Amino acid sequence: MRTRRWVPWLYAGPAILLLIFFLVFPSVETARLSFMDRGGDSYVGFQNYIYAFTNSTMLTAFRNNAIWVVVFTVFTVSLGLLFAVLLDRVRYEKIIKSIVFIPMAISMVGAGTIWKFVYAYRPAGASQIGLLNAIVVGLGGQPIGWLIERPWVNNFCLIAVGIWMWTGFCMVVLSAAYKNIPRQLMEAARIDGANEWQIFRRVILPLLKPTIAVVTTTMIVFVLKIFDIVYVMTNGNFSTEVLANRMYKEQYAFANYGRASAIAVIILLLIIPMMVVNIRRFKQQEAIR
Amino acid sequence: MRRGLLSLTILAMLVVSVGVLAQEVSIAVVWSGTELQAFKDTIAVFESNTGIDVVIDEVGRDLPTVLPVRVAAGNPPDLAALPNPGQMKEFADQGALVALDGLENLADHPQAFLDLGSVDGSVYGFFISADLKSLVWYNTKAFAAAGYEIPTSWPALIALSNQIVADGGTPWAIGLESGAASGWAGTDWIEDIMLRTAGPDLYDQWVNHEIAWTHPAVKKAWEYFGQIVNASGYVYGGAVGALTINFGDSPSIMFDDPPGAYMHRQATFIQSFILNADPDLIPVEDYNIFVFPPISPVFGTPLLGAGDLIGVFNNTPEAMALADYLASAEAQAIWCAALGKLAINTTVDPSIYPDAITAQAAGMLADASTFRFDGSDLMPAAVGSGTFWTGVLDYISGIPLDTVLEAIEASAVDAYGE
Repeated sequence: MRTRRWVPWLYAGPAILLLIFFLVFPSVETARLSFMDRGGDSYVGFQNYIYAFTNSTMLTAFRNNAIWVVVFTVFTVSLGLLFAVLLDRVRYEKIIKSIVFIPMAISMVGAGTIWKFVYAYRPAGASQIGLLNAIVVGLGGQPIGWLIERPWVNNFCLIAVGIWMWTGFCMVVLSAAYKNIPRQLMEAARIDGANEWQIFRRVILPLLKPTIAVVTTTMIVFVLKIFDIVYVMTNGNFSTEVLANRMYKEQYAFANYGRASAIAVIILLLIIPMMVVNIRRFKQQEAIR
Repeated sequence: MRRGLLSLTILAMLVVSVGVLAQEVSIAVVWSGTELQAFKDTIAVFESNTGIDVVIDEVGRDLPTVLPVRVAAGNPPDLAALPNPGQMKEFADQGALVALDGLENLADHPQAFLDLGSVDGSVYGFFISADLKSLVWYNTKAFAAAGYEIPTSWPALIALSNQIVADGGTPWAIGLESGAASGWAGTDWIEDIMLRTAGPDLYDQWVNHEIAWTHPAVKKAWEYFGQIVNASGYVYGGAVGALTINFGDSPSIMFDDPPGAYMHRQATFIQSFILNADPDLIPVEDYNIFVFPPISPVFGTPLLGAGDLIGVFNNTPEAMALADYLASAEAQAIWCAALGKLAINTTVDPSIYPDAITAQAAGMLADASTFRFDGSDLMPAAVGSGTFWTGVLDYISGIPLDTVLEAIEASAVDAYGE
């Protein structure tokens, strides 16, 4: 029996309508607002975009987002891979993996608050209430204002919180892929005389490549939108601003809808290439099957 | 017969509804929690005295956004707790507010506060309470033990600070960290100093951005602040301490043994933080206040603060009755006793205050020659809750003052719509 042409639309219709209403319409509306003034009343051309690419705080935010993308992604993915491969050989694998994964269960705001205590500063001589400074002072050093010291120390301290949270996620996904690699391949390599590093480099890594790519792009998409950690811990002060926090400030603190929308559009445009890469890869895999 | 019954019913309904309409007054408020409860308690007395039903519209913290919309739509509440004098002036200029010059109880309000609620010589808003910000808190016993005197001028304040440093102590406890609002505590310092070095007129011009942030008078105020906050050995933990310690935690440093610091400049509300951290402390005996000293003799000792402002939108007898009640000593006594705020009506009995320090602060307020509202609250948010906050943090963290002021000025030119 031939299916009537309208039948697929009948099934897809509700989903398409919901997509239009909840995704397409808001995106188009945000793009429209990004060319309007602060209250969305009159057209201002590219002024909001000019602001976004010239204002000094915005430029700091672009720089910091770039630092986040590189440092956060490199560390979460490589640490995740390291744990996935090495813990496979450890007796207490499950326990250690659980510990690495636990931070994922904590909300971003909660993690920010916890780490704010870790980084807390009290002057030399006073009792240190921050864990990190307590260690530094215990080793005979001077306490450091971890979240004040710009631009590298404080930004890396914030990124460390993100890494602490998301390494577990990368580890779980990569570990699942690793366990799917047929053991015979490694045994065969071993019989052929390959050492452990060669096995990792020539067998494991190529087979994990598609998964690593997916995890990496997921992390990049995630980190481009990074907001909570920065908002809770420094609110972007001391040169730690990021795009999403700036967007939040323009929208809710300063009631400037035009600028907030422009920043939202910029973040969206930055993320789109990553999405395209992900979708392409997905299609390739479908084609293989 | 049936017709008679019907008309009687209609008549009765009419009487009831007119009665209800005439005996009702609405007020939109920003308060919630304990403040809202205190306000309800205050209103309950009015209701039982007059039989007028007060409808409290609990708008909450969105009031600054909601109120202009309702006014523009021609549907304002009868009264409202106005967010700040700036918005009050806008409403008055639009002709939305009722002039309150005739209210009997305003005769007992200090002129400084009436001026703050006036536009073109008419009163459009009055205060039911205030928080006083120009206060320095100190450790009474530590002061007595070291023989320190209360400074009454800026040179004396600096001399005392130097003395404390020479004696091996740290004079100031300053904490500017406040989550997403970090930096606000520093803006209060600069506003207080600006009032003392440049005077109220220039202060008003600064708040309205009629003078630039790079103006010498503004720069001078920042430099005075720098004399304390950037001076070596003056601040507990130095610059990093000031930037990282939470504003609520910083005063309790004064009660470490030995004292981590001797003085803390903050508003009346900080007392609850002090007592929260050290519940055993006794006001006056363990800690006390003195007024932030004058700097230029020309401008004396102006006071900085914030207050709860009331305006009337509909000129009905009930609305005016409620306004007059809120201006009275009776209403303000209930409201302030519950919250530890300072009453504006000078006939409020000082014995209503929970402690001697609050009573003393209320006395300072009553004698105020000049009172100014917290400037950062009056500025557009992008400046007053944006670059002014971050500017303070940047300045203390070592960014040159001119760079800081130019950055704030750039945002101000943008935000004030010039």
